[in-house]
Amino acid sequence: MATETTAAEGSSLVFHPMDQFIVKPLFGDGAIAWYTPTNVTLWMFFAIVAIFGLLVLSTSKRAIVPTRMQSVAELAYGFIYKMLEDICGKEGVKYFPYVMTLFMFIVCANFLGMIPTSFTTTSHFAVTIPLALAVFLTVTVLGFVKNGAAFLGLFWVSSAPLALRPVLAIIELISYFVRPVSHSIRLAGNVMAGHAVIKVFAGFAAIAVISPVSVLAITAMYGLEVLVSFIQAYVFTILTCVYLKDALHPSH
Amino acid sequence: MATEPLAKEVAGTCVDSHGSAIGMPQLCFDWFPNQIFWLVITLVVIFLVLSRVALPRIAAILAERQGTITNDLAAAEDLKAKAVEAEEAYNKALADARSEAQRIAAEARAEIQSGLDDAIAKADAEIAAKAAESEKAIAEIRAGALESIQVVAKDTATELVTALGGEADAKAIDSAIDAQMKG
Repeated sequence: MATETTAAEGSSLVFHPMDQFIVKPLFGDGAIAWYTPTNVTLWMFFAIVAIFGLLVLSTSKRAIVPTRMQSVAELAYGFIYKMLEDICGKEGVKYFPYVMTLFMFIVCANFLGMIPTSFTTTSHFAVTIPLALAVFLTVTVLGFVKNGAAFLGLFWVSSAPLALRPVLAIIELISYFVRPVSHSIRLAGNVMAGHAVIKVFAGFAAIAVISPVSVLAITAMYGLEVLVSFIQAYVFTILTCVYLKDALHPSH
Repeated sequence: MATEPLAKEVAGTCVDSHGSAIGMPQLCFDWFPNQIFWLVITLVVIFLVLSRVALPRIAAILAERQGTITNDLAAAEDLKAKAVEAEEAYNKALADARSEAQRIAAEARAEIQSGLDDAIAKADAEIAAKAAESEKAIAEIRAGALESIQVVAKDTATELVTALGGEADAKAIDSAIDAQMKG
């Protein structure tokens, strides 16, 4: 509605903050089938290239004294490895490649999304929900495989008074099933909101008087979004580690 | 936005005739299969790249570096111990040399001392012998001189008595001279 009224006043001020999230086919204008190469494909491919460059090409020399890029790769490795080891203990270490895959994909997709006119794959629920569901299902299956029925002890808080335990069990159960929802919406919501806000500020830049403020605001938001890009990847990964810990050690 | 007319067949249900999004593109389920398909492919590729190449390589690099650091530290420790050992050996050698030198000096001193003592003793003995000899000679000379004096005195006394016109009484002269010599 707002768009119509502003369009009536002056055609220069038009907001399309959500247009940046449209999925388009790379070739032609046809309908989008499940196999169509789209901008999603392109930017996910760029994410693969970035990860390959960062973790494989930079370490190709295997230098004892690392180059800059190699030390970034080593830092990323150490960062996630230590996080996983701290939270899950030694048993968690064998899931390191999975966790590292998640982190590297999210962090690279987020940062690639910060390039102007790029497409941010992690701003879509269609991407983050499968990520979160994969974590949720893996953790649940793993919990039952590793602990059997004892995994249900996760919901039975044995340290609480007996009368409270059924109530707590219901709360724990709900919170357990809400995990994938919050896990996915947190990531996509944060990324999407920041990008949309930047677009709205960019729309205001069409008015000459406001444009300096608008440019400043875009700059500030961009800085914030760079921070958010990393923090959301970090949060997603650390929550994955925490859920994994629940599967490996279900007792409270 | 949602009220604007659609060109459905061209754009689908999520994009209007101007190419703008209708509502949230995130909720356009037409695009879900496509995104999920490419996501799965991407994740599999990343997982293979990481688990087959990147992570083992980085782990090897880190382990190698850790090993190098540990080795270097151990080598440094060794060298330090060696340096301490060398210093101890040096100090010991110095102390040994010093005590050896003192021993040699003491020996030499003792040798010289004993040589000196011997020489002194010998010289003393020689001197004593020579002195005894000389004393003997002197005593002989003295005895000889006394005798000569007695003889001369007796002769002189006899001559004197005779010259004075008396008869020399040999016995009386002898006893008189002996008495004189004793006195």
